[in-house]
Amino acid sequence: MPAPTGITRATLLKDLRLEWRSKDAINSMLFFSLLVVVVFSFSFDPNAEESRHIAGGLIWVAFLFAAVVALNQTWAREIRNQVLDAYRVSPAPANSLFVAKALGNFIFVTVLEALMTPLFIAFYQLRALGPAWQLLVVALLGTWALVVNGTFFAAMSLRTRSREIMLPLLLFPISIPAILAMVQATTSILNGEGARFWIVLLVTYDLVFTTVCLLLFETVLNAE
Amino acid sequence: MNKAFPIFGVLTAILLSYALYMALVGAPTEQTMGDVQRIFYYHVPSAWTAFILFTINFVASIVYLARRNPKADMVALVSAEVGVVFCTIVLVTGPIWARPVWGIWWTWDMRLTSTLVLWLIYLSYLMLRRYSASGQTPLLAAALAVLGALCVPFVYFSIWFFRTQHPQPVMGGGGSIDPRMLHVLLINWLAFSCFAFLVCWSRYRLEKIQRDVEEAQAMESLMEDPGSRR
Repeated sequence: MPAPTGITRATLLKDLRLEWRSKDAINSMLFFSLLVVVVFSFSFDPNAEESRHIAGGLIWVAFLFAAVVALNQTWAREIRNQVLDAYRVSPAPANSLFVAKALGNFIFVTVLEALMTPLFIAFYQLRALGPAWQLLVVALLGTWALVVNGTFFAAMSLRTRSREIMLPLLLFPISIPAILAMVQATTSILNGEGARFWIVLLVTYDLVFTTVCLLLFETVLNAE
Repeated sequence: MNKAFPIFGVLTAILLSYALYMALVGAPTEQTMGDVQRIFYYHVPSAWTAFILFTINFVASIVYLARRNPKADMVALVSAEVGVVFCTIVLVTGPIWARPVWGIWWTWDMRLTSTLVLWLIYLSYLMLRRYSASGQTPLLAAALAVLGALCVPFVYFSIWFFRTQHPQPVMGGGGSIDPRMLHVLLINWLAFSCFAFLVCWSRYRLEKIQRDVEEAQAMESLMEDPGSRR
């Protein structure tokens, strides 16, 4: 049997190749967040000074909704042809699969953010007054927070009726502290204030929820 | 057990009426707020009761994950349901009090916001229980309950960063309260806890009966002759 990291790598590469060829997730996420950006800028019509205060919220709400699109697809393709059942009866550790899926989603959402951020900057005339490199840290930590819980809850909502609706219903309440931290950190950095508290909170949140998801994933995967 | 239930029910009813009398008549009127303050005897005990029920839910979920005991799952379900009801009472009585005293219905301060988020988390727990297929529900729900409970300190700390407008907690918050008011408050808390226990008990019995019926029906359809299926 290959090592757990080998399984993770194989699953991750398979997902990336599938996504590279089909571009299902990234296309729908890109178009969706583009729509959110445009609709928001119509609804708020901000000038440069105002948008500095609301941009943190707008960016993260757009990414959050877009991430749900990718997360909903993450397990769906394993249902076809009973791939997930095959995985379950195989001796491969469940957590290798979870880590691969979470990393895959992390890459998709990060790519989305990298593509959308220039657009946000242009549309909302953003210019950070604080250290901009911190925004990168916040983005990576925040994306991981969304994606690790999201992958877990997507696996959970696979077993429910109307699973596409179930994912945000489970994900959003638990993610509220993380969302608050991302939004506040982004707003503070854009306005040139310190964001240390929020970054520490995000790091702790990531550590705690990654650990618990890894502890509980096998149970959820095998729930019958 | 069948006899204990009505006796406990009557005792709870007496205690609740006494607590109501004490809250409306027995307790002294607050100097600045006047009679509006009396809603406090419902608001605070409901909050405490809800938090206790959510704690029970967390413990029962962990027990279920460790032991896979269906009783633990039923306790988790019942405590979450009744906890959400009490949490709703907190969220409704709060604004009714806040409007005349603060002049606003709602403010995004620490305690209000964290209670609201807590309410949302447990609502999503109940939604999951409702929408998942019956065989897998207990495990998924227990996993969600653990994640939800772990989220609570994060909710608290993240919202702690906003300035708080809520009155200091009655216990251990350094605020002073008239001993007579504290007395009435504790009586109300006792009455509310008994009431919550009573509701949980009857809900537990209902859930048990429901599961027994489902099991019996499943057995029956298994025993049935395959030829005579509807």
